[in-house]
Amino acid sequence: MTSLPLSTRLAHRLNTVPLERHWTVMGLLSICLMASIGLSLSLGSFPTPPGQVVHALAAPAESDIAFIVWELRLPRILLAVLVGSALAVAGAILQGIVRNPLASPDVIGITSGAAMASVIFLALLSTQLSIGWLPLAALSGALFAALLVFLFAWKGSVSPTRMVLVGIGLSAAMGAVTTLLIVISDDSAAMTAYVWLTGSLYAAQWHDVVGMLPWLVLALPLCLGHARHLDTLALGDAVAQGLGVNLLRSRLLLLACSVALAGAAVAFAGGLSFVGLMAPHMAAKLVGRQFARLAPASALIGALIVLYADLLGRVAFLPRDLPAGIFVSGIGAPCFVYLLYRTRHRRD
Amino acid sequence: MLSEQARNGAGLTLAVLVALGAFLANVMLGTTEISWATLLASLAHYDPTQVAHIVLRTERFPRAVIATLVGSSLAIAGALMQTMTRNPLASPGLLGINAGAMFFVVVAVSLLPLHSPADYIWAALFGALAAALLVVALSRGPLGEFAPLRVVLAGVAVTAMFVSLSQGLLIVDQQSFESVLYWLAGSVSGRELSLVVPLLPLFGIALVLCGLLVKHANALMLGDDMAAGLGLRAGTIKLLLGLAVILLAGSSVALAGMIGFIGLIVPHMARSLFGVDHRWLLPASALMGASLLLLADVLSRFVMPPQEVPVGVITALIGTPWFIYLARRQQVSS
Repeated sequence: MTSLPLSTRLAHRLNTVPLERHWTVMGLLSICLMASIGLSLSLGSFPTPPGQVVHALAAPAESDIAFIVWELRLPRILLAVLVGSALAVAGAILQGIVRNPLASPDVIGITSGAAMASVIFLALLSTQLSIGWLPLAALSGALFAALLVFLFAWKGSVSPTRMVLVGIGLSAAMGAVTTLLIVISDDSAAMTAYVWLTGSLYAAQWHDVVGMLPWLVLALPLCLGHARHLDTLALGDAVAQGLGVNLLRSRLLLLACSVALAGAAVAFAGGLSFVGLMAPHMAAKLVGRQFARLAPASALIGALIVLYADLLGRVAFLPRDLPAGIFVSGIGAPCFVYLLYRTRHRRD
Repeated sequence: MLSEQARNGAGLTLAVLVALGAFLANVMLGTTEISWATLLASLAHYDPTQVAHIVLRTERFPRAVIATLVGSSLAIAGALMQTMTRNPLASPGLLGINAGAMFFVVVAVSLLPLHSPADYIWAALFGALAAALLVVALSRGPLGEFAPLRVVLAGVAVTAMFVSLSQGLLIVDQQSFESVLYWLAGSVSGRELSLVVPLLPLFGIALVLCGLLVKHANALMLGDDMAAGLGLRAGTIKLLLGLAVILLAGSSVALAGMIGFIGLIVPHMARSLFGVDHRWLLPASALMGASLLLLADVLSRFVMPPQEVPVGVITALIGTPWFIYLARRQQVSS
């Protein structure tokens, strides 16, 4: 194995697939996403036949259906797509940095940090400040958590393993603070916080979509620009360093991208777990682990997962509107365990 | 050799005294302060017309007993798990056993007509077993070995799964949510002593197993071959010790909900004071675990008076720095 040229080893490690297959997969995924958005637009508690939806989309007049489609469903669907993509790419980046397929924003503590900050906000500050500040609180929580993880994992350098372990420990502490706040606040506030923790797109508005979009627009090009570094990291620190990668700088920058994406997603949709873990895996199965290909494919899959989870929550249990997070983890958790089982003989 | 035994004997005596002190502190301190005189009077002749006596008998005493049981069980379970997996980070909380027990209790409460805490016991034991099997299946390597990082990740994954599934169930069924919320967070208050009775045989079986297998546990640390030299196959020893872990952890969750980090940090403290011999390590862990939970429970009354903080929150906040310290010390190659 070691006698093979570096590029071959890299291609082997990253499980690269032929280019035509890559584009076929991407094309199919995009078509699938478009179709799903269409389906999602026409389903809901108020029946709207596809013909009328198209009509309402074309002419956003003041009809009831136009209101439902434009103001209730479309922002929610778009937010689901954005949040799903952001979480998926955040997960793909982390799995690359940590070189472990089990890393994800949930495991490493970023989600817990954002969740803790948001619950602090909901429980203590929401009477004084408008709910519009919640995303900012969540983002600063995510950043705070990531900084702590980096700080405590620092020991001359940052080993990926240490980062995972420290992240797990910090998640526990931040989870404890979250639980504490839920227990001491009154029942209805506790339930709000709980639903929020599970992840929900209920009552998403256009300004949420507008708030979420810049994070993706900023972070995606930045991490794609470092795609090659991420790929070489897969060969180990020594090889990556030999190829001229500034390990610390690359890791910090990529970690920042991941935090921004995951933090923003949690800020607008709550703690949707397992998307950041599942989507990159499915994507890797389809297009390989080369980051420039993995990231877009993960984004599409993540979007599909969250979109369908939200659709299920919206229409499967009418008249109740259940949080999308229930379905994401209901499907995601067993999926994850299966995955873990499949890879159990892999050397860590 | 004798001097070490004498030293450990003295240490264990001290640990007993500390545990007794912690028990007394747990009984006497709180929003209703209880004096020595009242304590002795209520023991000698109980007077149901006095508030202090009622508080003592119905609230403080059961609470202290349950904290003692839960603290020592979790600590022993953690010590056994660390020996079996040869992983310093193994513990019932981190490896998903507590979460599994919790999930099945939530299932029992929200989907099955089981509402009394006495019914929690069987659900919790079943859940602990299911989670343990799952983690073993997920983390066992091709040669039957347990790679440290993999065990931890499998545990965290299983925990995440059970926690998020429980969250989903509780959101769908909001009535159960309110009834189990406090229990979920980990608490030893508001439980009746009668709950402990059906659990006593389980604790008894677990302790007997530990007692019979101390030598085997010691040998296990030196390697599976060494353990086999004592006449039992390593697999059998691990199976029996695993049974003890499940009984201890499952019963603890049924009694007190999710209390983390006791099983993780106490065995480390005990090992640094008493060495690695399980004949000392297990009793020391039990005593120190009981003391720690009793004191954490006292602390939980004073953090935010008049409201009580779930003791699980306190143990998590105390435990995290320890965990990070242990994680930093780990020499895991990646």
